[in-house]
This record gives sequence, structure tokens and C-alpha cells, in this order.
Amino acid sequence: MRGESLPLLSRVADSVYWMGRYIERAENVARFIGVNLNLQIDLPLAPAQQWQPLIDTSGDSEVFKERYGVATQARVIEWLAYHADNPNSIASCLRYARENARSVRETISSEMWAQVNSMYLQIQTQRSLPEPERMLDAFREIRMGCHLFEGVTDATMSHNEAWHFMRLGRTLERADKTSRILDVKYFMLLPSVRDVGTPYDDIHWTAVLKSVSGFEMYRKKYGRIAPADVVDFLVMDHEFPRAVRFCIKSASESLQAITGTPIGAFRYRSEQLMGQLRAELDFTSVETVIRSGLHEYLDRLQLKMNAIDSGLRDDFAVRTTPMTQTQTQTQTSI
Amino acid sequence: MRVQGYETGGFYDEMFDEARQPRPEAQLLLDTLNGLGDGQLERCQQAAERILVQLGITFNVYGDSAGTERPFPFDLVPRIVTAQEWDWIERGLKQRIHALNQFINDIYHDQKIIKDGVIPEEVVRSATFYRPQCVGINPPKGVWCHITGSDLVRHSDGRIYVLEDNLRVPSGVSYMLENRDLMKRTFPQVFEGLRVRTVAEYPSLLLDTLESMAPANVTTKPVVVLLTPGMYNSAYFEHSYLAQKMGIPLVEGRDLVVEDHAVWMRTTKGLRRVHVIYRRIDDDFLDPETFRKDSLLGVPGLVAAYRAGKVSLANAPGNGVADDKVMYAYVPDMIRYYEGEDPIIPNVPTYLCWRDADRQHVLQNLETLVVKAANEAGGYGMLVGPHSTAAERQAFAAKITANPRNYIAQPTLGLSRVPTLVGNQLEGRHVDLRPYILYGDDIRVVPGGLTRVALRKGSLVVNSSQGGGSKDTWVLEA
Repeated sequence: MRGESLPLLSRVADSVYWMGRYIERAENVARFIGVNLNLQIDLPLAPAQQWQPLIDTSGDSEVFKERYGVATQARVIEWLAYHADNPNSIASCLRYARENARSVRETISSEMWAQVNSMYLQIQTQRSLPEPERMLDAFREIRMGCHLFEGVTDATMSHNEAWHFMRLGRTLERADKTSRILDVKYFMLLPSVRDVGTPYDDIHWTAVLKSVSGFEMYRKKYGRIAPADVVDFLVMDHEFPRAVRFCIKSASESLQAITGTPIGAFRYRSEQLMGQLRAELDFTSVETVIRSGLHEYLDRLQLKMNAIDSGLRDDFAVRTTPMTQTQTQTQTSI
Repeated sequence: MRVQGYETGGFYDEMFDEARQPRPEAQLLLDTLNGLGDGQLERCQQAAERILVQLGITFNVYGDSAGTERPFPFDLVPRIVTAQEWDWIERGLKQRIHALNQFINDIYHDQKIIKDGVIPEEVVRSATFYRPQCVGINPPKGVWCHITGSDLVRHSDGRIYVLEDNLRVPSGVSYMLENRDLMKRTFPQVFEGLRVRTVAEYPSLLLDTLESMAPANVTTKPVVVLLTPGMYNSAYFEHSYLAQKMGIPLVEGRDLVVEDHAVWMRTTKGLRRVHVIYRRIDDDFLDPETFRKDSLLGVPGLVAAYRAGKVSLANAPGNGVADDKVMYAYVPDMIRYYEGEDPIIPNVPTYLCWRDADRQHVLQNLETLVVKAANEAGGYGMLVGPHSTAAERQAFAAKITANPRNYIAQPTLGLSRVPTLVGNQLEGRHVDLRPYILYGDDIRVVPGGLTRVALRKGSLVVNSSQGGGSKDTWVLEA
């Protein structure tokens, strides 16, 4: 056949998958911080209440508490955005994304490499927290940089096996982050039933929606803000790109493109798990979810996505030997 | 921009003659430079440097596993080679590579050149890169040196000499290509009125060369890969760059496995056969079963698969036997022996310290000579006599006496100079030239090369590890 492409090296599949995940993670953290900065102007709370949920969302509460104690704006932003010891900070994510991109530079387009390298160089130069008047812009720029990367990826790289692995990483990461922010915020907001219908309630739910850039799209579809509708929108929506169901649909399409397995069948464990999750999201109503306990539901959802992640490693990206970084050779240099 | 105050400093200058008049081929370029406004060249230079960082066109600093990356400094003022001179260089390099290839093939087979008394057997046996494991191997089409990057220098006498052959794993070609792109992007006006030959065909020619050497029984389109030691190697940028430009997989040792004497790569769909490997890993690290047992970078069983003709390797292992600096001194004899012709491009006169008379001469004239260790590259293990201290000369004299086979000496060459931007003015800096020669079905030399420039004032060492940078190299149309 003319121009038949070779299957991807397993190592390359692993790297592009993680590049997709890390860029998405960086973008989400930047967005969470930006929304919270806005929220504290509208609705000042005690710092711990205002900033602790961000740490809870990232899943690093214990490490943070040990290191910093009480969550203040400066501490949380330093940790989540810039700290090299935090493997999930924006700076770390961009560093790992670049390392992965560098290791597959021949697979991705030059434009993608230039964009991820430029974001990395940008955050490297940020030695301390931005000035207050620069703060919102700084995180907006990171978000836009990540969007630019996604756009450049879609426009300059063939939608081939490597692209699908990258999209798998991006969509699984996105679904995970949406479910986490919903989980944390929902339970923080629930005790305030007496506030239902007050401006206070509205502002909070609006902030949740803005955390996933979903406020405007939610409004168009549901109008009034109601907790059950927010859950429906963020978990079950099939059109909003950050809704869990939408993400899993995209991930499942990419996986199918990679394996070539006909729809409705499976050959790999990861395909089976993905198909089951997709069917469950397609055929579950939000009432059932809330009645049986949202937190429990989201917990199970995250476990299922983790199982898919490890399934992908077993099925496609078997690392047989550890990275050998230290051995060097001297060769005819320039 | 003012070029008037420029001094040639008594050296051969590639742009000005002895009377400080512009050489005809440089006139148009100098006119353009003269017409630039204040600071314009500097701004272009800064733009070029920014682009290098943004695009991550960097090399890794050796011995730094944290992966420190630095851009390879680039100077905007190009080096010009006339059509006539290039024609001569091209013929000379083809002749030389053809002879060197015959020599390597001979050494690993009949050793006629030794039997005929042209080269002493002892010199071959003691060559650092001689590999007895390669005796009797027949690489496809008898080619051992598919990719060569010979270093040429012009001495004060105005003549060009071959300084080194660099047969093993030559690097730098990505900078030849990137430098041209960078020039077009940041300083397009200098090309006006000049017909500069393109170098852009190099990746296609390289791929042709690699495909041409596929094992004889491969009937489908051969699967070609580039084998890199990994992203912490100093030349990693070049490895990924070339793989990308050729559209071939960039693999590491851990991506490959040998089964049934054939080489396979681990993919998402299982193992896939590999036919040709452009390896950028040294012989020593290639295969722990054949060479260094502690190598983590290579592929166990690779050499056996190669010997069995199931996979081709470029460059062929063992070809470094001709890279030895002592062997270098015999290359003119090889050319006469195998080609029946006199060498077109001369060698630099070379004293071999294991010869008693040569060694006496070297020890008595250390302050005027350059002494080199036979097996070192990258400007390491070298004494530049005129720039050395008495203590350094004494240390080298001891080393030479202790191990004469490992040292050669050459007259200090007054490497030619090219105007180079220093601050806001042009100053002469010494250069060499590394053209790239491809040997597949025939021998091709891409019209251009990497011009390396010693950016430190007065320095003769052009290596990137020792303050060297590079320039675009313009070969003009006839």
C-alpha cells in the first residue's frame, strides 16, 4: 500500500499520551487559580475556605499541610503554579510536557514543539509570584498558551496514531479534573442549603462552572442555576467539551481509532473498560446519581478512569527497561 | 555598518585579499553590509539568537545529566566558497572517501595494503578504533563509510588541507541546515543578487543513501530508523531533527530487540522488523554482546544480526580504524595505492611520534607545533604550541615519551579568518569547514557544510565545547 504508516513505538505512544495529559493538567490548574482570584473579589472568605479547596482538588492536601500549614493565597499559588517540588504544579507540568515533547520531537510537528518550548521558557523566567495587577493575566496567558498548543496540534499534525494517543491523554485528564472540581465544590456548597436561591449560592455555582469554562454554555442550555442541573451539565452533557461524558466519548473514539476494533466490540482490556464507562455515562440519569450519592459516584468514576489509564499502559506502552539517562559516550563532536 | 576599519591581521582572510581589497565573490555581500543602518546587523543577530532558544536548537553539555542545554552560537556573516573552489573540494573529497572506504574494506579482509608494505601492520593493530570483531564482515555494496564529515582548513599559504576525516559518527549537519534557515528568516536581504546553492536536499539524499544499503533480500520498502543514545546526548537535537526531516522513527536501544537474528522494534501493535539503522551510537556502546559489556545504550545481539546480513548499519562498525590520527598520516599513500592517483586535497604534514626521528623533532619544536592525542576528538588532549606555557609543554613531552604511539604533531596552522560580528563591529575570527559526504550507490557531497568559527579572539580551537560557534556556508553557483 502507498504511504502505509508504521505502528507507533510504544515508548513514543507513552510520551505523547503524557504530553497531552500534562498540558491539560497545566491548563486546568491555571484556570482554577484564575477563577478563585475572581471569586475572592466577589465574595471574600477566610483564606482557608477560599484557597484550601484548590489544594483538595489537586489531591495533595497532606503534603501541602505539612509544608505550609494554613492555605493562603500566596502559599497556594506558589505551590500550585510554580513550585518545583510539586509534581503537579504548572511549572512541573510544563517541564514534563516539554521533556516528553523533546523525546518525540520527530513525531510531533515543529510548531507544536516551538509552542511547548516557549511556554516552558516563559514559566522558567517567573521567579516569584506575579504582581497583583499582573496575576489574572499571568494565568490567563498560561491557559491561552495551552489552548494554542491544542489548536496547533489539531491543525499541524496528522490525526494519526500518535495524535490519538495524545488526545486520549488530554481527554482522560480533562474528565478527571472536571469530576474532581465538582466533587470538592459540591460538598463544600451543600451545607449551605439555607442559601439556596440567594446571590451567595449563585456566585458559588457560577464559580464552579467557570472553573471548567462552562458558565456561558450552561446558561444557554439551562438558564437558572440549580445544583442538579450543574451536575447534569458537568457529568452527563454530550456537547460540552469538558463534561465527563463528552471527554469519555472522545477518548473512546481515539482508542477505537488506535486499535481498529469495530464499535461495540473489544480486543484489549482498556477497550473493555472504556466501553463499559461510556455506556454507563450514556444510560445513567442525574437523578439516579444524586440519589445514590454524588461523592460515591464520582469516586467510582475516578477509579474507573484510573483503571483505563493503567490498562492503556499494559496494552500498548510496555516499558521494559528503566530510562538510562546517565551513560554518555564521547563521539565526534562539533 | 562600516567594514572599512577591518584588519586581516596578517592571516588569510576569506573575504579580503592581502591588499585588504574585497575578494570578487565577497563584493556584493560587503556592499550589503556597508549599506546597513547602525545596529541593524546586531538586531538581526539578536533575533537569530532568540529564535535558536525558542526553537530549542541546542546541544547538551557533556557530563551534565541534569540536561543543561545551550544554543550553539551562530554568527550571521556567512563564509563564501566560489564555484571553482567547491568543484575542486568536491572532487578531492570523493577521491579521498573512495580510497578510505577501500582501505577499511581491505583491512577487514585481505589486508593487501599491509602485505604490500604500504602501511605497517603494527599501526593498524594498535589503532584505537580497529575492531577485530569486524574482520570478514561484508556490508552491503562494500560501503563502510556512508556518512562522513571531513574537516577542511585553509592555511596562511592560501591552500586548503584535510585536517581530519571523521568517519565514525560525524555530527553537525543539522546546524548546516538550520543555519541556512536562520539566515533566510532573519537576514533575507543578504541573499540579494547572489546565487547560493541550496543545501535543503540533504535529508532526502541521506534517506536515499540509507535505503540503498538495505539488506539484499529485502523486497519491500525498507524500514529505516535512527538510533540515538537518548535525549541527554549532546547531539540529541540533531538526531531528532534528522529523523523528523526524513520521516523515520527515532529509536533508542530499549526500543529495539534482536530475535531470530533479525532486529525488531517494539510498537503498540507488537514487534516490527527494522532493516536499516542509522546509528548515532559509537561502536563501543552498540552491542554489549560484542563490544562494551556494560553498555545500556545499545542492543544485545545487534552485531550478530548485522553480520548475518539481516540488518544494515550506517556507519559500518569498525570504520574508525581509518579515523586514527596516526592512520591519517598514511591517507595520501592510500589514495596512491587504491586509486593510482595523487591526492587532490593535501594532508597537513604530520609527525608520527613513534618514529624516532619524528619524535626528536617534535620534542625539540613543541612551541611551534600542535600536538594531538591519536584517539581524542572535540579539541581535547591537544597542545597548541605557540599558545602554551612551559609547564604545559613539559607535561606533554612526558606524555609523548611515555606513549609515543598515541601522539602526532603538525605545524601550527594559521587557519583562515572570516569577518565576524563582535559587539557592533566586524573582526576576523578563525574558521574551518566540515562538508558532509554521503556514500550510497554513488558518492554525493552536498554543496555547503558547517563552518565552525573560533569566537574567542585569537583562538584556533573551533569546537563547540571550547568557545566555538558556526556560520552559514555559501557555495556559489558557477
